[in-house]
Amino acid sequence: MYAKLSRILIGAFSIVVFSAPTVFAQDTSQQESLSPTQAWIEGIENPNLGYRSWIHGIVPPESVPIEQQTGIDAAINAATAPIAEFIGRVVFFKIPFFGSDLPVVVLWLVIGAVFFTVYMGFINLRGFKHAIELVRGDYADPNSNGEVSHFQALATAVSGTVGIGNIGGVAVAVTVGGAGATFWLIVAGFLGMSTKFVECTLGVKYRNEFEDGHVSGGPMYYLRRGFAERNMEGFGKFMGTFYAVGIFIGALGIGNMFQSNQAYVQLNNVSGGALDGLGWLVGLIMAAVVFMVIIGGIKSIARVTEKIVPFMAVFYCLFAIIVILMNANTIPQAIANIFSGAFTGEGVAGGALGAMIIGFQRAVFSNEAGIGSASIAHSAVRTNEPVTEGIVSLLEPFIDTIVICTITALVIGTAQVADPSFAGDAVGVAMTSAAFEREFTWFPIPLAFAAVLFAFSTMVSWSYYGLKGWTYLFGEGVNGQNIYKLLFCAFVALGCVVQLGPILDISDALVFLICVPNILGLYFLAPVVKREMESYFARIQSGEIKKFK
Amino acid sequence: MSQKILVALDGSAGGKRALEAAVKHAKLTDSELILSYIIDWTPYSFHTPEELEERHQRRESEIQRANESVLEPESRALKGSGLSIQTVVRHGKIADTLVDIASEFNVSQIYLGRLGESRLHSMVFGSVTSALLQNSKVPVTVVP
Repeated sequence: MYAKLSRILIGAFSIVVFSAPTVFAQDTSQQESLSPTQAWIEGIENPNLGYRSWIHGIVPPESVPIEQQTGIDAAINAATAPIAEFIGRVVFFKIPFFGSDLPVVVLWLVIGAVFFTVYMGFINLRGFKHAIELVRGDYADPNSNGEVSHFQALATAVSGTVGIGNIGGVAVAVTVGGAGATFWLIVAGFLGMSTKFVECTLGVKYRNEFEDGHVSGGPMYYLRRGFAERNMEGFGKFMGTFYAVGIFIGALGIGNMFQSNQAYVQLNNVSGGALDGLGWLVGLIMAAVVFMVIIGGIKSIARVTEKIVPFMAVFYCLFAIIVILMNANTIPQAIANIFSGAFTGEGVAGGALGAMIIGFQRAVFSNEAGIGSASIAHSAVRTNEPVTEGIVSLLEPFIDTIVICTITALVIGTAQVADPSFAGDAVGVAMTSAAFEREFTWFPIPLAFAAVLFAFSTMVSWSYYGLKGWTYLFGEGVNGQNIYKLLFCAFVALGCVVQLGPILDISDALVFLICVPNILGLYFLAPVVKREMESYFARIQSGEIKKFK
Repeated sequence: MSQKILVALDGSAGGKRALEAAVKHAKLTDSELILSYIIDWTPYSFHTPEELEERHQRRESEIQRANESVLEPESRALKGSGLSIQTVVRHGKIADTLVDIASEFNVSQIYLGRLGESRLHSMVFGSVTSALLQNSKVPVTVVP
């Protein structure tokens, strides 16, 4: 019965892929001159303005129409814009849904998350306590000390997902979807925990171990090997390659140029425009630092940032909680707004459904559950029990979405209750910053600093995800890997200098396109995960797997 | 029943002196010697994904280095002494791991060399020696 369902899914997938060009060739010509803020909110609806603002929660620079651009950017942009527009329209295709527009990709991710939550028997609830025990090291055998600990795996995966979206993206969601979007964001974060569980377990189970002991894993490997086990070798190969190409290009855009560009923008803003026109310098410095880490093997830099990033995340949450408590009298109202907004959708386009879609969108863009990136990071961990990595990864959407995003939403929410127009025209990161500034005038500086570091650690993590896509496609040769790494550094520098909007749009779209083969593979392989999970919990119950602490 | 004496080696001169003292003690009391090398490691550190991937190989080579450059030469040198010798290499926080090994092997005495930690270092990170003195359940001898 499961096999039958799987075949139906493949059929549906092929129909979507092959009929896409005709369905999506629709007209989007109505576009007038708007204020930057309006244009940006429009951008959410209009693929021509890019989905970046929506995905990452940033305000794009006042975009110069492509026809008026000059220089090398212009040529590249002119050449890539039509492709970007087409891919964007395909990937972020929206269907009308009771008066709202629902992007199919969000629907696909949320349906997957609901399915895995139910199919795995609410593993996101059941596994939560065990996840904390694992991270605490209760089950760690002292004789395998020195291997990657569960805490380390979790910390690395979290620093790849926590980013500017957690600061700015939430502000966007609250602006457009109202306070109620927060409620749906939490719901989607909760469901996303199950998707993460499935993909990270599979990443470890189907990884490739090489003779010298190093490992490569991730969706491309479980897609290829998982489908091959089901006698669909050709299809599995196609899906694996498709995924590898997507993650590779995504790593250069979403995980690289976009990050370095945002780091530059943040630095420039906080220095009051002192870095105007110095993008090339900032770009070169950042590229040099990334070069030292990923090619030079200068681990100390990586170690420093990897230490500062969690510190900044804790610092951010701590100050957010202080700010919320300083507005303690507004907390009940802010929470009431979240609940009432979630079900009435007052003042939101599309009402409660609109709020829900926006909350869901923010969650899936933020925690990357279903995209498969964390699965690549977890595959590097040596363990005899793939399920343990899955269980630990449950905590990632929890930390990213349910804790950090919700705290940001409450900072904004309480500020809004106190003073509805506290942020003026500001949106995105600037709006969050303004909410903090009400209490601590100096806060924008550490906030910008945090944003730069988040961007840097995201670049380091994504350089690895892209590398795994690259080695899947071109083999594990050292020279090839170095070519990739050099290319990666070049794109870091480029990201600060040129405004390659369309290329970033292509990258964003591809990152969300790869959740199609990924989740499809997860449906197929879910029974494998379920078996592993049941056996694992049975052995915990029987005492075969024992606590060391 | 013979007693067991645990010696913490780290390849330094202090460790060697601790071993000498422990050998004397072992000969007098006809005890068994356990030579240990603890590689400082914590499960709560932060790494890039690439470091996670290399971790297993690195761990193997760290263990190999500890065995080849410290534990094996020392136990070879003691072959003629007639003492029974075991070696242990483990990753972990040094003081805690020594305490764990001591209880695991039912050790009656721990020897270690003074580590020469600077005052500032001890202030910031805590001193390994004093942590061991505070937590150990068996007598500890610190050899200067």
